[in-house]
Amino acid sequence: MLQTVTKTKALRWLLLAFLLLLLPAATFAQQQITDDQVNEIAKDVFCPVCENTPLDVCPTVACHDWRELIRTKLAEGESREEILDYFARQYGDGVLSNPPRRGMSLIVLWILPALGVLLGLLLFSRVLRGLRAAAAEAPASPPPRPKSSTGDPTLDDYISRVEKEIED
Amino acid sequence: MIADIGFITLLTAFLCAVYAIIAAAYGIRKKDDRWVRSARNAIIATFPLLLLAAGLIITALLTGDFSIRYVSSVSSRGMPTYLKVTALWGGQAGSLLFWNLLMSAFTATVMLSKWREQKELMPYVIIVVGMTQVFFLLLSTFIEDPFARNVVIPADGQGLNPLLRHPGMIIHPPMLYLGFVGFTIPYAFAMASLMSNQQSDNWIHTTRRWTLIAWLFLGLGLILGGRWAYDVLGWGGYWGWDPVENASLMPWLAGTAFLHSVMIQEKMRMFKMWNMFLIVLTYCLVILGTFIVRSGVISSVHSFAQSAIGPLFFAFIVIMFIFSAYWVTKRHDTLRSENQLVSYLSREAAFLYNNFLIMAILAVVFLFTYYPIFSELFTGEKGFVGPPVYERALAPLFAVLVLLMGVAPLTMWYRTSIKRLGRSIIWPALGSTVFIVALFFLGVHLWAALLGFWLVTFSAALTIMEFVKGTRARMRKGEAPWTAFNNLMARNRRRYGGYWIHIGVLIMAFGIVADGMYQTETQLRLLQGESITLGDFEMRFNGVTRYPGADDLLITEANLDLYKNGKLVRQLTPKIELYQRSGQPMTIPSARSTITEDFYVILVNWEPTSADAATFRIFLNPLINWVWAGGLVFVFGTIIAAWPEREKQRVRARKPAIAVAGD
Repeated sequence: MLQTVTKTKALRWLLLAFLLLLLPAATFAQQQITDDQVNEIAKDVFCPVCENTPLDVCPTVACHDWRELIRTKLAEGESREEILDYFARQYGDGVLSNPPRRGMSLIVLWILPALGVLLGLLLFSRVLRGLRAAAAEAPASPPPRPKSSTGDPTLDDYISRVEKEIED
Repeated sequence: MIADIGFITLLTAFLCAVYAIIAAAYGIRKKDDRWVRSARNAIIATFPLLLLAAGLIITALLTGDFSIRYVSSVSSRGMPTYLKVTALWGGQAGSLLFWNLLMSAFTATVMLSKWREQKELMPYVIIVVGMTQVFFLLLSTFIEDPFARNVVIPADGQGLNPLLRHPGMIIHPPMLYLGFVGFTIPYAFAMASLMSNQQSDNWIHTTRRWTLIAWLFLGLGLILGGRWAYDVLGWGGYWGWDPVENASLMPWLAGTAFLHSVMIQEKMRMFKMWNMFLIVLTYCLVILGTFIVRSGVISSVHSFAQSAIGPLFFAFIVIMFIFSAYWVTKRHDTLRSENQLVSYLSREAAFLYNNFLIMAILAVVFLFTYYPIFSELFTGEKGFVGPPVYERALAPLFAVLVLLMGVAPLTMWYRTSIKRLGRSIIWPALGSTVFIVALFFLGVHLWAALLGFWLVTFSAALTIMEFVKGTRARMRKGEAPWTAFNNLMARNRRRYGGYWIHIGVLIMAFGIVADGMYQTETQLRLLQGESITLGDFEMRFNGVTRYPGADDLLITEANLDLYKNGKLVRQLTPKIELYQRSGQPMTIPSARSTITEDFYVILVNWEPTSADAATFRIFLNPLINWVWAGGLVFVFGTIIAAWPEREKQRVRARKPAIAVAGD
């Protein structure tokens, strides 16, 4: 009877010792997360207080806390995507400097520019073609080429261009 | 006392500007030159009045007259004298007064220098310039009166915002304002040309130099802003796509498009409508830029309603836009192209491609800058857009623009044959390919960086070839090389000044690509006496000193030795400056700067109690000095292009709209 008690007591001590051994290991794991790893993620998150300031350069307390949160999450083994996703879910897509492709950001940051460039290209090519068509109807007379005197047509042409522009 | 005189001065200036518009309009209507001259005198009179008002504010700042609210909000007794003077543009009311002062200075200069030459346009110019001036004076006099009094006179002022105490920030706002204000002049002449129905390119010739100078100041303002961010904000970079930065970039872009596309109008008498649109756009973006910076609308839609300035600005932009649109449509038949596009491969087509790209870049920047507003309006939640989003969208557009920058100058008016063009580009293309192959073997492996370097080197080679060919052409006429080179530029300042600008931009682009792709950084904690090795560098942390600075400043300064390949190259002293009254800390970086790279250190944190340890953030910025060097070349080129040359006699068909008799 007495023996069993001592045994459980010993087991308890052993367990405690084991836990105590684990503790520095856990803090050690957390220290392994370098500032660089934290900054790598903090760079893409905006400060909740200051406008348009990334977390990695912001000196406020709020940003310090968020950086520590990133550190903890990294220590817990979360990936970059998981952490960014956590911030987006918790505080809205607006805290990410590169917002995820959904809702407002999908429309304004992806669809609108793409549409705009496409429409712009279409419009631009139509204008160009229109200008060309007008030219085909009434061809403008290009200036007569000067006769070569140096034997090198490229250079000769260039001289005449330079001279012509000087005279203008 | 100062406050009373000041307010009366501002009010008088305001009334003068209002009177100038009315008198000019009446003079045009009655065809009476006396009224027009009176209008001119009134608009010129705003300059000495505003100079007096600014002088009074500066006096109040210097003497510490804290009965004036503006003085107590931006200055304090302990501030050095030069900061008391520059506190004139350190706050809202003062900035607007300063804007007004610069505007009236430009107006007075243009009135006095162009009055005889541009008699038919001037009455209209007075009206358009007057409208802008009246609006800003309205803000200064009634909404943001810099002479408003404090109810309770404080013993000392709050002092200037720490961020604004850096030399870069002292010169940067005046540069931007000069650029902003400067663009009002070409806009006014464009409108005057429409209103007077003067069917010529006169307005373009008259304001060419004004446009260039405004553009130069705006560009200089942007570069200085970047330098300030790099030196003071302490995040290792120079451009963060901040709404306020974008607000000044956008008019600069529109102005760039305008400067290129007016050349088609001058040479080919084409795209008159488009050029009108561009100058109107530039002007509207200038006002919008001032509005963004001054109203804080981007930070929150709510601050828009809080300050009275927001809605007024908005109304003014709408009015000016409608005003411009009215005159452009009314005269659209006079804005027809007199020529056609002969070939897609011609100088005029190249200018059009340039315009298309710049407009696309502008549209993207505009959309992303205003994204927070869309986001807040529709989802109720702020949403800023960071650099990665801008870079992703703009990089391809800028890449094509860089390519065009090199190739376009080779094209000729009307048409260029592909064969010709091919002959001119083959050697530079091969040369730059050899260059990037060499880079590849030196360790540059990112394809985007290689592509960027290729484009920049290729365009730079083509631009340099233009100088070489031009000089050789002149040398064939018997000139010595140096004389030939100088004459080439002197005889054709605009073209070769433009090429210098291109070279400056390309040097900047080279630095931007290098730093953007190969910036490295690390953050670490060092105990006193410890060192860290990073590549060729070794940095030793000697300790920290803490001492009081000017005013209520507390400076915490780390002392570092920087070794390169074992040799001591530089002592670095990154600081944390704490303004004790406001509790605002500033991290001032310290850098060892060379043409190949910057070793840039920020003191992030110092723990004096637990251990004498400090946390540092180190950036290695390759080729970042190329950005600033390119900026200098850019300024040099613009000065060449804008340098006055003897006015050539131009025979212009002038059709006076009104008969203004006598002088």
